[in-house]
Amino acid sequence: MDLKKNYETVIGLEVHVELNTKTKAFCGCMNKFGEEPNTFICPVCLGLPGSLPVINFEMVRRAVKIGLVLNCMISDITKFDRKNYYYPDLPKAYQISQYDTPIAKNGFVEIINKDGSKKKIGIIRAHMEEDAGKLLHLTKTGQIGEAEESLVDYNRAGVPLIEIVSAPDIRTPEEAYIYLKTLRAILRYIDVSDCNMEEGSFRCDANISVRKKGEEKLGVKVEIKNMNSFRNVQKALEYEEQRQIQLLENGQKIIQETRLWDANKEKTFSMRGKEEAHDYRYFPEPDLPPIEISKEMINEIKKEIPELPVVKAQRFIKEYDLPEYDAFLLTEEKETADFFENVVKVCGEPKLSSNWIMVELLAKMNQDNIKNINEIKIKPEDLGNLILLIKKGTISGKIAKEVFTEMYKTGKDPEKIVNEKGLIQITDSKIIEEVIDKVISANQKIVDDIKGGKEKGIGFLVGQVMKETKGKANPQLVNELLKSKIYK
Amino acid sequence: MELFKLTIEELHKQLIEKKVKPSEILDSIYKRIESVDPKIKAYLLLTKELAYNMAKKAEEKIMKNENITELTGIPVAIKDNMCLEGVPTTCAAKMLEGYKPPYTATVLERLKDAGAVFLGKLNMDEYAFGSSTENSSFFPTRNPWDLERVPGGSSGGSAAAVAADLCIAALGSDTGGSIKQPAALCGITGLKPTYGRVSRYGLIAFASSLDQIGPMTKTIKDNAILLKYIAGKDKKDSTTADIKVIDFAENLECDIKKFKIGIPKEYFIEGIQDEVKENVLSAIEFFRKKGAQIIDISLPHTDYAIDVYYIIAPAEASSNLARFDGVQYGLRDTEAENIIDMYKNSRQKGFGKETKRRIMLGTYVLSSGYYDAYYKKAQKVRTLIKQDFNFAFEKVDVIITPTSPTTAFKIGEKISDPLTMYLSDIFTIAPNLAALPGISIPCGFDKNNLPIGLQIIGKPFKEDDLYKIAYLYQKETNWHLKKPDIN
Repeated sequence: MDLKKNYETVIGLEVHVELNTKTKAFCGCMNKFGEEPNTFICPVCLGLPGSLPVINFEMVRRAVKIGLVLNCMISDITKFDRKNYYYPDLPKAYQISQYDTPIAKNGFVEIINKDGSKKKIGIIRAHMEEDAGKLLHLTKTGQIGEAEESLVDYNRAGVPLIEIVSAPDIRTPEEAYIYLKTLRAILRYIDVSDCNMEEGSFRCDANISVRKKGEEKLGVKVEIKNMNSFRNVQKALEYEEQRQIQLLENGQKIIQETRLWDANKEKTFSMRGKEEAHDYRYFPEPDLPPIEISKEMINEIKKEIPELPVVKAQRFIKEYDLPEYDAFLLTEEKETADFFENVVKVCGEPKLSSNWIMVELLAKMNQDNIKNINEIKIKPEDLGNLILLIKKGTISGKIAKEVFTEMYKTGKDPEKIVNEKGLIQITDSKIIEEVIDKVISANQKIVDDIKGGKEKGIGFLVGQVMKETKGKANPQLVNELLKSKIYK
Repeated sequence: MELFKLTIEELHKQLIEKKVKPSEILDSIYKRIESVDPKIKAYLLLTKELAYNMAKKAEEKIMKNENITELTGIPVAIKDNMCLEGVPTTCAAKMLEGYKPPYTATVLERLKDAGAVFLGKLNMDEYAFGSSTENSSFFPTRNPWDLERVPGGSSGGSAAAVAADLCIAALGSDTGGSIKQPAALCGITGLKPTYGRVSRYGLIAFASSLDQIGPMTKTIKDNAILLKYIAGKDKKDSTTADIKVIDFAENLECDIKKFKIGIPKEYFIEGIQDEVKENVLSAIEFFRKKGAQIIDISLPHTDYAIDVYYIIAPAEASSNLARFDGVQYGLRDTEAENIIDMYKNSRQKGFGKETKRRIMLGTYVLSSGYYDAYYKKAQKVRTLIKQDFNFAFEKVDVIITPTSPTTAFKIGEKISDPLTMYLSDIFTIAPNLAALPGISIPCGFDKNNLPIGLQIIGKPFKEDDLYKIAYLYQKETNWHLKKPDIN
């Protein structure tokens, strides 16, 4: 690891994001994931002879929105180009993409590193293109070359994509991870994509090179593909960084190539020249006239952009006096942040609300693999009311957890649960005293020990009282009353 | 009565007067096809069952006097690069033999809605690559005026079918002259509309920035009728223009004295067949006598048109034809061991010689390192060619030229010399690059009794100008009424 000190790592990321438009990029087919193969297809997305593409302007609007939140310049005139190459999942043998007039360019994403320092990662360009179909290789060995048959599912063919190309501004694999998380959060905030890496609606390829510190010339870059999670991107980059430094230290050369990440072996492997030098023969798509992006359209779209995660987090810190950790976690998803604010609105307790959401709620969601806070049964107002019940002393914190579990299961409001189950805290000292008397007489030996100085026994007695009252007695009151009885 | 000889206009009159039934017209034409087409070989496929069903529907409409158009019950034949659902559509290419598209081209939907009847699919040069129909994968079509000669191309099947009365009218498609040149060589009336006038949806693409479907007919009036029904904005084709479609056939009369006709000196050059030149000049003389102003003009970049065309059109074609890879449809080499070999072998076996030539040409000019020198430069020169016409149209309303430098040539004469073949379209390519409408009408015959074509080029979306001028000419001449004696 010491070697790393002498080197600088240069990373640039290419991200493909599937847009969540209702229909595909150039035809009226539904844009849906995980359906029966070849059910959302038509002559256009199948690339049948004679068919012609028609621009889905919802894609263009989303692309503009993305350009804006990435602080890009939006082209006032943009066009599509054909990227020509052969692959069985590409029905026309060309992809409709954008070459020299991307819809957005020259922007940046601001990231906040773990030490709290801010950094701008440049965005070179963001452009629109169509996705390809999916290949399914029927093979026993898992090797494509040994497949008996290959099948094509064209449901994904023609799904709108945005390719976002970062500048080589990233310096560590961790920075790459933070960049991706930040980018994902932003894109989810503006509701242009689900950004689900496992479902393939968010994909990332990385370019990485290393150079001796102080060197101006960039090192030979290697492209890494096939990473299916943010953590894997980080791991692959860490592996590759180490591999390249090692090579240079050994006096060997780095070959410019594409390498695949193997998540099981946690290594990258060369594609071994399988990829021939591509000449995509880009030229303007003659079937689609250029698009004009008007100032009015941009202004209209600007109005739809909500408060973005970093800004929101900073507001949470200021407005709610939350620790940075809480603020960033709560604002990662817009829905969670909104949920939090609605809880606070009811109970007026930001830190308690944050604790309940982060410790109890997110943990339960994680357990049940629920991604979106809007999918749970608890309404934010109810969680706020639960916190109010604790605040007022109606229930204890411990009982509150029980109530919470019930709320999570059924979606009932907390007061109803408390009433139905008779969980209201006992604050009547007469009732508590009666129980204490019972406990004291049953545990005379312990009481004597306490009197003799073994104060630890008090805890046990409190526990007994709580047990007798099914946890409903106010623990503080129990403590006070018990002590006054023993030391009377 | 020989119904097959009649025009749309004449048949429509008889149909609505209920003197004849659509099925009777079909009987007459299919009988004609049976006896004559073995000599001409215009058709790749007859859609008899479909045609009689369509005729029946047309008949019902006529009986009920409901939704009758000028095309109701009129048999039309279709160049085989327009998709018709469930009917083999091959582009006369071996690669697509037996391919049945699951959808119908917009133009054919429109004709169907208008009540027209589809006779069958017509021969062409494979993928519309050619000027003689000799590049058909299946067989060449013969010129009805001389069976030893080509009908022109690529819409040679359409032109021959109209000339030989094997249909009442036909649809062709034009990229560099594929309607106008065969129309000239077969002595019929063929219009290449303004780019964007007619939907290309369902037309198997050759060069997307140039392709246009157009009517090929016996008379101007028929042509104007047919255009009216196929033209207009189509949501499925983003390159169609949202420009009002007028009833072209309704008002064909004009005051010729108000017309200024431009004669470009670059189009009357050495190498043009004497009789072609003479007949075109006498047609111009006709218009002068009628009172039109004849103005000499210059289109200085004409010389570059063929070069520019043979860069842009193959470039687009190389990309458009890439989809014929044997994966989804069409010919596939099943022996191949891997995907690359499957691509290579399928395309090697499936494509004809001229197709391969154009794909290679197009691939080359788009390749990295050559793009700027060829494709990009060609686009710049294309702009200059357009400007030539823009300047000319500041002074004139229409431009008159020969359609093709020669009359029909012999089968086999030019097929081994592509450069000579390409010159056959020398006069039609420049206006096509400029997206302009152009029409070819018969204006005489050479000493071998072969028809000569006159090209009239108009301003964008001014097809009505072309029709008016040509209508005047056809009213007072009878070149278009002459029929070949097919033996």
